[in-house]
Amino acid sequence: MNKKLISIAAVAATITLGITACSTPGVESSTGGNASSATDDDSATGTLSMNGSTSMEKVIKAVNGAFEAKTGNKVSLNLTGSGTGIKEAIEGKCDIGNSSRELKEDEAAELDATVIGIDGIALVVHPNNKVEDLTMEDLAKIYAGEITNWKDVGGDDKAIVVVGREDGSGTRDGFESVVMGDKTAQYAQELESTGSVINAVGTTEGAIGYASLANVDDTVKALKIDGAEATEENIKAGTYKVQRPFICAVKKGSENQLVKDYIDFILSAEGQELVRAQGAIPVK
Amino acid sequence: MSKANAEAVGTVSAKATSGIRSKRSGMTDAKEHVMKFIFTLCGIVAVACVIMITVYMIISGAPAIGKIGIIEFLFGDTWYAKEEQFGILPLILTSIFGTCGAIVIGVPIGLMTAVFLSELAPKPLKNIVKPAVELLAAIPSVIYGLLGSMLIKPVIYALEEMIFANDPTHQFTGGANLFSAILVLAIMILPTIINISENSLSAVPPEYREASTGLGATKIQTIFKVTIPAAKSGIASGVVLGVGRAIGEAMAIMLVAGNSANMPGLFNSVKFLTTGVVAEFAYSSGLHRQALFGIGLVLFVFIMIINFILNGILKSNKKTAKSEKK
Repeated sequence: MNKKLISIAAVAATITLGITACSTPGVESSTGGNASSATDDDSATGTLSMNGSTSMEKVIKAVNGAFEAKTGNKVSLNLTGSGTGIKEAIEGKCDIGNSSRELKEDEAAELDATVIGIDGIALVVHPNNKVEDLTMEDLAKIYAGEITNWKDVGGDDKAIVVVGREDGSGTRDGFESVVMGDKTAQYAQELESTGSVINAVGTTEGAIGYASLANVDDTVKALKIDGAEATEENIKAGTYKVQRPFICAVKKGSENQLVKDYIDFILSAEGQELVRAQGAIPVK
Repeated sequence: MSKANAEAVGTVSAKATSGIRSKRSGMTDAKEHVMKFIFTLCGIVAVACVIMITVYMIISGAPAIGKIGIIEFLFGDTWYAKEEQFGILPLILTSIFGTCGAIVIGVPIGLMTAVFLSELAPKPLKNIVKPAVELLAAIPSVIYGLLGSMLIKPVIYALEEMIFANDPTHQFTGGANLFSAILVLAIMILPTIINISENSLSAVPPEYREASTGLGATKIQTIFKVTIPAAKSGIASGVVLGVGRAIGEAMAIMLVAGNSANMPGLFNSVKFLTTGVVAEFAYSSGLHRQALFGIGLVLFVFIMIINFILNGILKSNKKTAKSEKK
């Protein structure tokens, strides 16, 4: 009986300790907005809080890992979407708001936006497809179901199979916000990963799909949009239009050294290499 | 507390039996009780899981249904998370139609195979077919999906292009549609139906068949008029289990169904209740994620209903068995 009591007490103590240990970083990160002003040498240490785009998850996580390892700082990351990230950055609830869309005017008035990378979205078709080039307008019509046959855009007489990503996907959100305007996309296949899209397009002759540029391989053919090929140069130059910026937004007038260090790091050669490694196009 | 009881009981029983078995010490008795306790604990785990899942599904699924409105949620015909439209009628109907389709194709084939195995197959052939069927049951569902997308999808795509060649209103799915999903599901539920039907057919007493052939019926007549009716409740439970498997399947059909939330049509890209949850869970947040839990709850209720039906069948089965014995 006694033994049992002791063991229960021991377990309870362990659990309590565990909870305390776990909750400590949480406490730190919630005050991270202000706590980071403590400086050791010339660079700051502390916790940086970020919130925002799910599309930027891979890039940001890779950069955060390297940043934490290099500087000994902690970065807490939430992924609740660009809108929330921007809102929280304006309200001062987080240090950096990640956005995978351009800031709106009223947002840009409050925030300093730094473009840290560009997400190029390639439009891919089956290699046998004769169509090489689509206009943005035709592309939107194809996805809205207004153009249903390849012969209407200069290809063979073959029905178009519209392939895309699932509801909630960042790539889908990016594609639709850039291309669709006020039209609604009507998908024939909604697939749950970039790989599935590439595979479906590569095995279905009438298919068209979209995927991040880095994931395009030779089982599919990338289309020119408005005459511009989907290449890094064209995306940087802005001639290839199906693209969106990855932005780190910071409240204007922020004196937070840690935030500056972070932005400097992500724009450094090392940071930009990480951005590239995750499939986005570096800006430097 | 229970351990104290166990020890007390242990000493009492040790005293009582000490005269007979002097070797049996209090230690072994305690072991007995500890093991008993462990067995009970293991038994409770399953029950606790069921209760936890039920409670959790209701807690996490109900708020979304409440927020969206139960009528809007169950009977709304648009699922479009971006604009916060969460009507799952297309998903519910797809799950029902898909399952029915799988049953329509799977049950005749499954039943015939079961009849073949239990009544007609020569022993060497049976020794090949039966393990093959059992192996079919052990194959992971995602492999059915992969094969479906490699083998079935292109065929259905060709069929689709033939049927809808001059129909500009049809949205071409590239073979990823309800029809492909039904075919995959039908194959997946075969082993369940075959195994259970075959067992219940084999359990039909040989006297029935002898009586039937003795009255001049042929073998096939005997099968259809005597053996199958006698095994019908076993076959029915096989079918219900098949329905359960079909309605709960996600991975296999995700690869072949197209996953757009359209109303079910044989050549429409469709989204099942299960695939909706699997495909969208990763990037969902807020009300969208809650709505996915809501779908989970609906699915849970479906499975519960199927289980009750199954229990009903099994009970009536026992009753008829008893009355037949009398």
